[in-house]
Amino acid sequence: MDASQRPQLEKKKADINYILKEAPREQHFITGAQAMAEAVKRANVDMAIAYPITPQSEVMHLVGDIYAQGHIKEYYRAEEELGTMSAIAGAARAGVRLFTATSGPGLLRGLEAIVSWSGHRVPAVLGILTRVVNAPLSIQPDNIEMAYMMHCGAVMLHAENQQDTFDYTLAAFAITEKVDVYIPVAVATEGFFVTHAKGYVDMTADDICLNDFDPVAAPVPAMDNETPPARIQRDAPVQKSNFMSYLIHSVWQQEIWDSNQRAMKYIYEYLGGPIEVQNPEADVFVLGSGCAAAQCREAHRYAQEDGLSVGFIKVKAIRPFPTEEIRDALKNAKSVIVPEHNIIGWLCKEVKAAIPNGGIVVEGPRVYGGMTLPVELIMKEIHTALGLEYDLKL
Amino acid sequence: MTKIVTEGPAGYMPQSAPAMGVELAPEGSALLYGNVVTPEEAMRDAARALLTRDNPTIFPGPQVLWDWKDDVAEKAAAILDLASEIPNCKIIPMPDYRPKYPKIDVKAEINPNHPNLTILDNRIKACVFVGVHCHYANLSLRMIRAGTDCYTTALCAYMGHEEAMASIRDLHASDIQKFKEIVIEERNKLGIEWETTLPPENPSLEKEDYSTLSPADYGEYRSLIMTKKGEHVTEVE
Repeated sequence: MDASQRPQLEKKKADINYILKEAPREQHFITGAQAMAEAVKRANVDMAIAYPITPQSEVMHLVGDIYAQGHIKEYYRAEEELGTMSAIAGAARAGVRLFTATSGPGLLRGLEAIVSWSGHRVPAVLGILTRVVNAPLSIQPDNIEMAYMMHCGAVMLHAENQQDTFDYTLAAFAITEKVDVYIPVAVATEGFFVTHAKGYVDMTADDICLNDFDPVAAPVPAMDNETPPARIQRDAPVQKSNFMSYLIHSVWQQEIWDSNQRAMKYIYEYLGGPIEVQNPEADVFVLGSGCAAAQCREAHRYAQEDGLSVGFIKVKAIRPFPTEEIRDALKNAKSVIVPEHNIIGWLCKEVKAAIPNGGIVVEGPRVYGGMTLPVELIMKEIHTALGLEYDLKL
Repeated sequence: MTKIVTEGPAGYMPQSAPAMGVELAPEGSALLYGNVVTPEEAMRDAARALLTRDNPTIFPGPQVLWDWKDDVAEKAAAILDLASEIPNCKIIPMPDYRPKYPKIDVKAEINPNHPNLTILDNRIKACVFVGVHCHYANLSLRMIRAGTDCYTTALCAYMGHEEAMASIRDLHASDIQKFKEIVIEERNKLGIEWETTLPPENPSLEKEDYSTLSPADYGEYRSLIMTKKGEHVTEVE
């Protein structure tokens, strides 16, 4: 049975603004993996493709379930991740709404195809459920693979918890399909800490879904072989050795990053902006993204209880990076502590590059290889920044 | 008005307009030299450029060359009307987006892989992009700004283009007709005498005889050929 014959559930179709901002919601207690799959259920996805190897996360298994329930028109398991990501690129040329998810080594295996998505104007949503990629092999949470994703042109959102995972995934479908963006949007969250743990998620009813994907509203033609003007070569082969080929390649690369930057206005529209700031007048800030933001939030709460001048910044968008917003938020800061779930400190480097006084950045605390990030480690840095003693007990 | 995006040549490796801080105009507005203005203001400036600069040319793309959607024929007719009111206007199409090797016929078409060649060879100093998919329009407009002194106008069915000197968004046939009326008004203001005249026939590429054409005729590009509906290609290497 092909996709066109498969019975689909009857749903009310709606605009993303209605679904994200107006539709009634009901609270559920679910895992992050379930939250992402529930968002996919409401996104009116045409096709999902995955290589859901254990022990990635449950996301693509759950997406397989909702396919069987009639929420998705087509789903197949590819042979491996490079095949998955290449198939996503191929399906995009036919003009359909697409979703896949992966993590860690799987993401890196598919990376060759993923880095070409932006240039090929592939409007897909990619879930990244982070985990260790370094040897010795591990399946534990660590978001170092996001560093490899940061330079491929894709929009990248980093979810703090199960609620974010649901909301960001839905918003990602709207952002990726904007004609002035039309590059992939990755929604990352920490494996295990979010994907396997339950949290409260306010969700819309599952009989309301996004409006149908419009393959015509695109900056490139869909490869519909029966309908002009699409019956043309879509992606020009430009690998000739002459100046004109170099020039088009360079302006093409510019276009990818321009498209990435154009996504910022939609991040404001759907996520309320790329950062969240609390206590903006503080001397010392804790700044984090993803799961680390949750720990920063908790450290901020402790600090407030102790009457310390501490602010909190959550970075929701990694690409486009909120350079201006962070610069503005930290303009009077004396110190900014950047806890992370990876060894290289990719967020710390981004923050240092964004502000004129990078010397105020405290590099860490960092945990990796599956270790948790105790709030006490952040409290220790806060006290040190404020010139106070702290008796660290773990 | 501070002109952010201006006629080139901007140089060897220019910044993109968005990198220079230009943002797409909101609904109901247009862009002029990178600034948000009313659509009429942008149209008037573009009209004056098309009326006063050498070799004004319209570059229609696939979205108005193929009658594939309800509003296309109406738009295409409006474009011909517009061209008829611009003295000595030419129409050079962008039929597809493949690079043309070994050499493009710059009198017959324009191509996003080397749009500046068509501009330079024909000494085009003012042009209009219409019906070109946004990705390819952005690339072409940037390359033209990099390497030529041509004034570019983008008539876009979606959100417009930062790279063009004048950019109109959410374009319908009625907007093209409005642009035509503005062209006539500005032409009269400038005292230019002109009888409504269709542009000359485009010199076309050599006719291909599809009845005898084989994939081998396409040389190294034969792999790019898609078969027609119901067609079964047997002659392959």
